Amino acid sequence: MNLMSEIGKRKAVNLLSLSLACAAAGLGLFWLIFILADVLRHGIAYITPELFLSEAAPPGMEEGGLKHAFIGQLLITLFAVLIGIPLGILGGTWLAEYGRHHKLGRFISTLSDIMISVPSIVIGTFVYAVFVKPLGHFSGFAGALALAIIMIPVVLRTTEEMMGLVPWEIREAAFALGAPYYKVILQVVYRGAATGIFTGILLAIARIAGETAPLLFTSFNNMFLTTNMNEPMPSLTVTIYQYAMGPYDDWHEMAWAASFVITVFILGLTILGRLIIRWKYKN
Amino acid sequence: MSDSIMSVNNLNFYYQGNVHAVKNMSLPIKRHQVTALIGPSGCGKTTFLRCFNRMHDLYPGHRQEGEILFEGSNLLTRKDIIELRSRIGMVFQKPTPFPMSIFDNIAYGLRLKGIRNRAELSDRVEKVLKQAAIWQETHDRLKQSANSLSGGQQQRLVIARALAVEPDVLLFDEPTSALDPISTGKIEELMVSLKQEVTILIVTHNMQQAARISDHTAFMYMGELIEFGQTETLFTNPSEKLTEEYVTGRFG
Repeated sequence: MNLMSEIGKRKAVNLLSLSLACAAAGLGLFWLIFILADVLRHGIAYITPELFLSEAAPPGMEEGGLKHAFIGQLLITLFAVLIGIPLGILGGTWLAEYGRHHKLGRFISTLSDIMISVPSIVIGTFVYAVFVKPLGHFSGFAGALALAIIMIPVVLRTTEEMMGLVPWEIREAAFALGAPYYKVILQVVYRGAATGIFTGILLAIARIAGETAPLLFTSFNNMFLTTNMNEPMPSLTVTIYQYAMGPYDDWHEMAWAASFVITVFILGLTILGRLIIRWKYKN
Repeated sequence: MSDSIMSVNNLNFYYQGNVHAVKNMSLPIKRHQVTALIGPSGCGKTTFLRCFNRMHDLYPGHRQEGEILFEGSNLLTRKDIIELRSRIGMVFQKPTPFPMSIFDNIAYGLRLKGIRNRAELSDRVEKVLKQAAIWQETHDRLKQSANSLSGGQQQRLVIARALAVEPDVLLFDEPTSALDPISTGKIEELMVSLKQEVTILIVTHNMQQAARISDHTAFMYMGELIEFGQTETLFTNPSEKLTEEYVTGRFG
């Protein structure tokens, strides 16, 4: 009798905590799906060829598009990748190999972890102060620099961790065959860590592709198509911000469409990254 | 009748913080024979073994005295470590396949030596895979990742990789302690058959293994060489009491 009531009590507590956990998960998931579905539903209606092929038109005119913002976004991201990835990989390599037993190495690792969680707007204002202000104008380069600074710690820590996963014995075996250290790193360690590092890069690109705040202070915006990185440059995210705040209906439509494109792009990159991780662990 | 390929004279080794790990060891290493190093854990066997291919040079803070004569000069003071390591190869406790194909694993050392010719690479890969008795299992999957092999196969692959650069000496650091008895048997057979080509030094915790495959055995205890001699003599009629106690399993 006593035993039965004890079991009944446990079952009730179990049911309660399970319901609470499910409710919390459901609530989180609801908003996530709501946001995604809203963006996709509104956005997909306004996806037209003109969106990608024409530049901005005066408000109210039909044939306007966001070609300038797409090209600006691609250029800024490309330059951020060109600056951020080599620096991140080389820094991570130093940490994983040469700086492994240094106090300085551990210090830089910890610092990178802190850098990863710094709000991106702080990095925007930092680049504004050290790059934009001295040069006297906004530029695509400044935007790329800000995004690169956001990328570097992510790529650096991923590289360090992935190279750290390659067992030390493998390196010793390569040394024992008479390989110099740089060849051990280039030919053996990088090979072992390649999939992980590549995934880290994809996720880092996904991370910066959606940044708005650091671009507001650096690349600013531009209503015209430009490929000159030394000029203020449009980006999708800042354009979404500006168009969504604007008073015109066709601006709102284009902001939805741009949100759709950027969401699908980031979602795609993230899913690709996950797939690569899963494929890697299956083998 | 068997001459020495190397001769260790008064070797002392200190780790960082002046830890005296190898104490005044002297012994000859006989050409084309298997020399086994036995002794309880922490007695300095592996430290001693790693002196021969200068593995300690990878880590700071150590100090070594004495000499290991190899081809007329002390290998401990040689400048060209890369050349030395291609002459004195090493196989580790855990299999260490590189994250690349079976073929590329073997070709790695050859490429380091500057061999680029495809046909020559193929020939030499085939030759050492046969030599290491793993050709049967791998000839139709040379392009597959070396990680797809079993642990015992990986260890034979790693031995083949070490053989590919045609070393004079191979150092084995407990090569079978991570393997099952069948794989162990195959690797022991392999080591015995390799004697014609190379001189072998093996650290082992398994006394039966030392008795089965080695010609000479060195017994170490707390960094010192207690006894060195013909394997048969050392196991059946040791001259030191400590050796007798160890090989009969009374300690260690």
